[in-house]
Amino acid sequence: MALRTIVSRKTLAALGSGLRAEARLAASRGLVTFSLPDLPYDYGALEPAISAEIMQLHHQKHHQTYVTNYNKALEQLEDAMAKGDALAVVKLQSAIKFNGGGHINHSIFWKNLSPIREGGGEPPKGSLGWAIDTDLGSMEALVQRMNAEGAALQGSGWVWLGLDKDFKKLVVETTANQDPLVTKGANLVPLIGIDVWEHAYYLQYKNVKPDYLKNIWKVINWKYASEVYEKECH
Amino acid sequence: MATSTPPAKLELRPPPYPLDALEPHMSQNTMSFHWGKHHRAYVDNLNKQIVGTELQGKSLEDVMIRTYNKGDLLPPFNNAAQVWNHDFFWDSMKPGGGGKPSGELLKAIERDFGSFEKFSEEFRSAAATQFGSGWAWLVYTVNPRPSDGKELLVLKTPNAVNPLVLGYTALLTIDVWEHAYYLDYQNRRPDYISIFMEKLVSWDAVSAKLEVAKSRVA
Repeated sequence: MALRTIVSRKTLAALGSGLRAEARLAASRGLVTFSLPDLPYDYGALEPAISAEIMQLHHQKHHQTYVTNYNKALEQLEDAMAKGDALAVVKLQSAIKFNGGGHINHSIFWKNLSPIREGGGEPPKGSLGWAIDTDLGSMEALVQRMNAEGAALQGSGWVWLGLDKDFKKLVVETTANQDPLVTKGANLVPLIGIDVWEHAYYLQYKNVKPDYLKNIWKVINWKYASEVYEKECH
Repeated sequence: MATSTPPAKLELRPPPYPLDALEPHMSQNTMSFHWGKHHRAYVDNLNKQIVGTELQGKSLEDVMIRTYNKGDLLPPFNNAAQVWNHDFFWDSMKPGGGGKPSGELLKAIERDFGSFEKFSEEFRSAAATQFGSGWAWLVYTVNPRPSDGKELLVLKTPNAVNPLVLGYTALLTIDVWEHAYYLDYQNRRPDYISIFMEKLVSWDAVSAKLEVAKSRVA
């Protein structure tokens, strides 16, 4: 890390390619790696809405795999960039999107959920509650819309309640695979994301995705969504 | 198969073996949901979508290709293609399956992949790296690429897309939607793929399909 701060861009330019390579190596030693965030509750805390079995697999296996593969892809990207291998850099983009997106989306998802005894399922008070009524009609209308879009999503993906921070309006969107919400608009901030990949519900709900969608609202953490909303809309 | 007028309503075709016949590699539990619920829903929902439209009464393949619409998918495509894909998937497996192919099929695989092991590696890799939902395939192409002249290719497709709508002839498929393996293997897709190759794949069915494909070209 120290070497990185000493070697400024001007110095690098002056010292030629030999030191540039060394500085790059040093910089790569400072490559930020990502790690699996802890859940703010026990695996069984969201039952019966989401089973402990699912929560453990989802967190320890699926999310962990995204983190591991994201770190691997970033290392390979760094290497490709250092070598000036443009083709390799471009080829790595899908792995970065898949795995980085998976890490981003799941990190939000764990915060979107909360045990009932900690307020999970309690509707938002304050500005987010009013915004839902104003922009989407009512909480019931929002839930119905997200459930319909989640049920209709083909394959794997997410259904989102988002904030368009430019227009200060709430939106409902879906994304495919692990595409984060920003892929639908750079000005979109995710408030609530519901994972509709089959791994999110299959062991418990099997093919009956609509039942999973109906039940997950019992453990949605509106406190977190309100915090994010208020931060963007102060 | 004899050509006949397609029925006004498409029916759910059962697998060519009982639902418990692939145990323990693919459980009866999985088959009861996968065929009994998922496959059945694709059929029922497709019928609902096409009733009263010009698609009603057409063959499944016809509906599929029309609704693929050169990649600009029309709403019934997902259901139509998934009906077709699952019919094909059950045919790709058999009780006591696995092992190695033989005869013309083996020769063709060795010619185009170098060895059966190399083909197996490529097929497993395609199945493991299809991100999200989808399928991995062994296909036969009547238009070999000028660059290498290969007739057999491994492809992977997302969601409901299949090689037929892309202009290929399908020989073998593995379903890698999570519902195909989650009850038996949870997140362990690579284990599911290995067991599929070692214990389930019906090389007889693949050989038969290659024969049909070649006879059409001849």
